[in-house]
Amino acid sequence: MEFETVIGLEVHAQMLTDTKIFCGCSTKFGGAPNSHTCPVCLGMPGVLPVLNKKVVEYAMRMALATNCEINKSCSFARKNYFYPDLPKGYQISQYAYPLAEHGYVFLNVNGEQAKIGITRIHMEEDAGKLMHDEHNPSSYVDLNRTGVPLIEIVSEPDMRSSEEAADYLKRLHEILVYLEICDGNMEEGSFRCDANISIRPKGQKEFGTRTELKNMNSFRNVQRALDYEIKRQQYLVENGGTVIQETRLWDDAQGATNSMRSKEEAHDYRYFPDPDLVPILVDDAWVAKIRKDLPELPLTKRERFVKDYRIPAYDAGVLTADKALANYYEEVVMFCSQPKAASNWIMGDVMRFLNEEKRDIRQCPITAKSLADMIRLIDEGAISGKMAKEIVEDIYKTGKTPQTIIKEKGLVQITDEGELIKSITSIIKANPNQLADYRGGKEKLFGFFVGQVMKATHGKANPQLVNELLKKMLAGQ
Amino acid sequence: MELHQLTIHELQEKIKKGSVSATQVTESVFSRIDAVEERVHSYIRLMKEEALATAAKADENIKNGNIKPLTGIPIALKDLICTKGITTTCGSHILHNFIPPYNATVIEKLTAAGAVFVGKTNMDEFAMGSSTETSYFGPTRNPWDLERIPGGSSGGSATAVAADECIASIGSDTGGSIRQPAALCGIVGMKPTYGRVSRFGLIAFASSLDQIGPFTKDVEDCAIMMNVLAGFDSRESTSVPAEVPDYRQFTGRDIKGWRIGIPKEYFVEGIDPEVNAAIKKAISVIEQNGGQCVDITLPHTQYCLAVYYIIAPAEACSNLARYDGVRYGFRANDVRDLLDMYKKTRMQGFGAEVKRRIMIGTYALSAGYYDAYYKKASQVRALIKRDFEKAFKNCDVILTPTTPTPAFKIGEKTDNPLQMYLSDIFTISTNLAGIPGISIPCGFTSGGLPIGMQFLSSHFEEGKLIQIASAYEKSAKIEKRRPSL
Repeated sequence: MEFETVIGLEVHAQMLTDTKIFCGCSTKFGGAPNSHTCPVCLGMPGVLPVLNKKVVEYAMRMALATNCEINKSCSFARKNYFYPDLPKGYQISQYAYPLAEHGYVFLNVNGEQAKIGITRIHMEEDAGKLMHDEHNPSSYVDLNRTGVPLIEIVSEPDMRSSEEAADYLKRLHEILVYLEICDGNMEEGSFRCDANISIRPKGQKEFGTRTELKNMNSFRNVQRALDYEIKRQQYLVENGGTVIQETRLWDDAQGATNSMRSKEEAHDYRYFPDPDLVPILVDDAWVAKIRKDLPELPLTKRERFVKDYRIPAYDAGVLTADKALANYYEEVVMFCSQPKAASNWIMGDVMRFLNEEKRDIRQCPITAKSLADMIRLIDEGAISGKMAKEIVEDIYKTGKTPQTIIKEKGLVQITDEGELIKSITSIIKANPNQLADYRGGKEKLFGFFVGQVMKATHGKANPQLVNELLKKMLAGQ
Repeated sequence: MELHQLTIHELQEKIKKGSVSATQVTESVFSRIDAVEERVHSYIRLMKEEALATAAKADENIKNGNIKPLTGIPIALKDLICTKGITTTCGSHILHNFIPPYNATVIEKLTAAGAVFVGKTNMDEFAMGSSTETSYFGPTRNPWDLERIPGGSSGGSATAVAADECIASIGSDTGGSIRQPAALCGIVGMKPTYGRVSRFGLIAFASSLDQIGPFTKDVEDCAIMMNVLAGFDSRESTSVPAEVPDYRQFTGRDIKGWRIGIPKEYFVEGIDPEVNAAIKKAISVIEQNGGQCVDITLPHTQYCLAVYYIIAPAEACSNLARYDGVRYGFRANDVRDLLDMYKKTRMQGFGAEVKRRIMIGTYALSAGYYDAYYKKASQVRALIKRDFEKAFKNCDVILTPTTPTPAFKIGEKTDNPLQMYLSDIFTISTNLAGIPGISIPCGFTSGGLPIGMQFLSSHFEEGKLIQIASAYEKSAKIEKRRPSL
């Protein structure tokens, strides 16, 4: 039987506000346990929450960037459950009245476009962290993360493969980072994802029974977990079993998902409106202001790069995956006016240097101006492409300008015809046999002469000029 | 008269004149406490040392002519108002050792106004009760009859004022917890409009109903306390930035031409005949003062109790979830694992009434029941609110008895929660609607028990309540009795 996979994702993204969602404590990652806390986020008796307006504005940015409708009024609810990392015994979240609904994003997987619906985006507070003592039967609670603002982005069950799911996550991640509302760090938990997945016989309209997958902390693991789960569910169904509704945890080391709790064991969260908070009213003017301040989004930028710079869609995709990289590219182009060359150099050497050292473009020692100057020098024939390879590496290592490096190393290209003719004449004289063979039809020997010239000029000869002159002189002209 | 018997405004005059010192007033109050506290049990914790130190500082300020509205005035605090460094127990085993790391907003305001804190008063556990019998620290007794309850949940704050163990006190009112004990103890108690006095630092029972307010010996003192307590607080989202008038300006004004709404639903069978008679008499006093009584209707009154006992426990079960033994307060010993710790801590830490309400609330919010209970109750609550909005189009204030009966005997209703809940039948609607209410003494039963009368007004019209209560107080000439302790 042929099966179709149905996937919906719930993404939690930590908002990059300086302070927590309901108190003035710092949101900084790290710090001594419980050092970023106050009576409010500790859930001390008698404290009350006051909403950080910036969280609403950040969430609105994401809502607008994903084509959601922002509700004129939304409110907070309490999600009640007991756990030591949840000091109030409830999480303040949004339930019946979320901030935004009915959005979508476009994917492009294997050249096929897909539109993935976004059910809702809502705001909530993060919980703390438990640390378990390995030597003693005790656990410790660190509440630094408690009250750090999150948005939850819930998709429609619109994805049909793990590739789509991974691409959807990448798109959301990219948008969040572009909007500068989330640092996107998956290892630190700033960007987390749970998945709902089911299979059904191809052509069937009803959804199959779904499982919920948790604990996938990288794009790769999301895809691995989904692939595993697809196989597991198919195997069950094909062998007369049934999928049961449950929550399963991804085990990275094992490469498998394991049952965590069944539907019957699921919490009854007893959601109800939080009486300590008042509804948030969003008027058109507020939405308009947030919309006006939105930056150019990845998809738009990608299309603009293809259109304005006439670079391939592939290049545009790579260059716009990171906003800082896109900005760097645009700066280089601005200085050198050679969009394709700029793209090649960035995607080639520059990114290779950075990847080798696990750095990102923000830490790149090659300034956009230096790279642009170098590209211009190649274009002007002052240096060869081969020399440039050497120069760019030196710029990366030393941070010096290309001009300085060229001067220091005496790397200026020989473009003086007279000097080159002198050099070629003596090479031809010194290799009469090769010359005869060449003239006799062995055209491959042309490369031999080029090599000799380059050797004699220590690679500084302008290759185009060498080609031109050699052709003429070997032909005896 | 002893100093502890005086009102805030009487003491203020003496302090301003320099005829008494803050230290003398404080010492007088503590000597009274020494004399009667054993029998009344108003306090969970006394703060004598701190009080005398504050009084000494107050005397310095008085010498320098720096006199604030409450300078040198001994004030008692219900033990659910967070006081930095001073245990705040909520009358519960689970918080018996809890020391807040911060002060409630009202503590900051009272401190800035020069108040001297006498101690933390007894209360029903987590303010759940109408008799102060559910306190982990034992019951408080009514100074007018030590066999009887003082009302609740702010029983200790009421008796501390009634027995002259302080000059005024702070309570909280979720369904009548200020007005009912004020009535049963023969003093003045006000529940302000929801959002008028900051709840920051008030340990929550039911967040949408809780409100802090004062107990005082007369209406003038109530106005003085309201001047200190009222006002916007940016630390509370439900605080309202409405202008705060000088409440003292409303005392001594007449009420000629005022329309006084008498809701027929509040004068039904089951009211104690002596209470009924006292209220009737009070109505005639109001009329003699130029007030015009009009019949009004609050048609959804019969649902108030039911709505309250869904909303309040629902909010409470969530508010009380934080008492899990993890971070502060009581934690059970000998536990196997996390779940066992939760269970034993809460089983041993909470009393029966608190557990009952946690269970009712949990049930009302459960999947499959939410719509029938919590949601329905919220809808009816909106209708109750509308009842009052309509009624206030027709009258300036509403007059009702505060309680259907005078103080009942200790133990009389502890086995019958429903009977106990009925003692708040006239005070609960106020909290559901968020409007202010005041209870003032309006006489005594033949057995010498105080009777209270309640005035209600529209949102943020506390001034009207003070105006009519003060007018009544002046002309009714209720006999000035003191409990014989």
